[in-house]
Amino acid sequence: MPDGSLKLRGRVRAVLGDNIDTDMIYPGRYLNITDREKTAEHLFELAYPELRPNLEAGDIIVAGRNFGCGSSREQAAAALKFAGAGAVIAGSFARIFFRNAINLGLPAVVAPLASLACAAGDELEIDLVAGEIRNLTGDRMVEAAALDPRAVELIAAGGLIPYLKRKYAA
Amino acid sequence: MGMTLAEKILARASGREQVWPDQIVVARVDLAMSHENADLVRKSFLEIGLAHVWDPSKIVIVFDHRIPAESEKTATTHKAVREFVAAQGIEHFYDVGRGGICHQVLPENGHVRPGMVLVGTDSHTTTHGAFGAFATGIGATEMAGVWAEGALWFKVPSTLRIEVEGEFRQWVSAKDLILYIIGRLGADGADYRAVEFDGPAIRRMTVASRMVLANLAMEMGAKVAFTPVDEILLDYLRPRVPEKLEMIAADADASYERVIRVDAGHDILEPQIACPHAVDHVQPLSALGEVPVEQAVLGSCTNGRLEDLEVAARIVAGRVVHPRTRLVVIPASQQIYRDAMRLGYLETLVAAGAIINPPGCGPCVGVHQGILAAGETCVSSTNRNFLGRMGSKDSLVYLASPAVVAASAIAGKLAHPESIVKEGFPCLTEV
Repeated sequence: MPDGSLKLRGRVRAVLGDNIDTDMIYPGRYLNITDREKTAEHLFELAYPELRPNLEAGDIIVAGRNFGCGSSREQAAAALKFAGAGAVIAGSFARIFFRNAINLGLPAVVAPLASLACAAGDELEIDLVAGEIRNLTGDRMVEAAALDPRAVELIAAGGLIPYLKRKYAA
Repeated sequence: MGMTLAEKILARASGREQVWPDQIVVARVDLAMSHENADLVRKSFLEIGLAHVWDPSKIVIVFDHRIPAESEKTATTHKAVREFVAAQGIEHFYDVGRGGICHQVLPENGHVRPGMVLVGTDSHTTTHGAFGAFATGIGATEMAGVWAEGALWFKVPSTLRIEVEGEFRQWVSAKDLILYIIGRLGADGADYRAVEFDGPAIRRMTVASRMVLANLAMEMGAKVAFTPVDEILLDYLRPRVPEKLEMIAADADASYERVIRVDAGHDILEPQIACPHAVDHVQPLSALGEVPVEQAVLGSCTNGRLEDLEVAARIVAGRVVHPRTRLVVIPASQQIYRDAMRLGYLETLVAAGAIINPPGCGPCVGVHQGILAAGETCVSSTNRNFLGRMGSKDSLVYLASPAVVAASAIAGKLAHPESIVKEGFPCLTEV
């Protein structure tokens, strides 16, 4: 986080359904783009073309179960991060996507009922360590899982590469 | 306390006597595989600032997603990877024309053996569980960490055991079995879990058919998926693997999250089809009615092996592909290509009107060599039918067995093989 804490605040840009797969997040035809920043241009290009142009820095994507199922393509997590998403909250995550997000420093928060308890436009405050989501618009708490300490360490470092860089520079 | 296969392998790889589900362990990695996304891994690795990878003999790189390069951009990344391979002394590199699809190339060339920990920057790395390996997909940044450290943290998965008995009916294959199971359990039915397939019906299967199960277990979220390490597997491995081979198995008193039993002959009456746009939208073929197809694809890491080409060749022999349909065939590796050529399968397929793509992922990943236009429908032996997976977001992909793909190419619509081939032959190759 910019201020060094593991709390963040943002507006829900969209509430998506279950099984949002990696081809919906980032189409396979763009997998030869290996500049992470450039992946952002193709976020949700086929499935939700209206989403990316409206995404503002720090916006939160909320979804149902099994977000990021399918391919191991890291571009799915990279595209979200570099398009400006501050976090993804989902009922559950497919495991490779979850690890990719954390490794890139994109907070991925498991909250089983988030897609029912949040609406587009709601402002949320997330405490990643405590596993708390406060819906400021609806003035209610949304039950969430605390991030594993290992994931917290990686998010705090800004991702796996900065983490390892520091480790080997020391 | 007894351990499952996943627990056993992770215990050993992390230097422990015993591990339990949900425990976090750091495991040594025996093999690290990447395809073209080695370029992403390379960039992340260089950012870390280390001069050398941890062990150049334990990294395998196989080009398969875009071969030969379909664009200047891909050609440039291929070149960058080749230069990195040379600079780091990476010993096992399968360039264009030397290998094929990574999940076929690794076992074919003796890189995979029971009990190893294998990570790959490809989700279908689960395929190697058919060789008794704890094999799972990871992202490129995570792989850069593996290239640096030769180790990775894992949460020990709980295990689903799927026991299959009974005789497969005619025209029902390993693909139909796994689609049936995914349809029952759902796209996240095995999320974060290990799967052990076992039972008499599995133990009669060829190694190629077992690979179909381990490969597609990914589509229900499995972290790893095993089929038995038995004599049939060791017969496959012995001529290929120089190292000593080990018979590993789950302990008899291992504890499972759930045991699922399938009677193949009783539960699966006919070919199964995964309908657009999800792999768990599974229906028996007869429930679908008339579905015309503009393209039929036979290939991929799921179903591009010799037995798949054989069943297709036997179905199309002496017939021609329907005028409205294009049949695209992709042998999974150079070796399979040569075997299929030698055995006449390719001759038969081409004579029927098929086009043969080079061994690689081709249209399965939606990049080239058979992309779908809006409004087109494809029946495919591949592994994903997501929205826009093989081209236009307004195209449809139905996943099916190789036999159904071949029969549908002849009929110009989704078709049961028995509607094409009256005399019939089993399409589950048993050994």
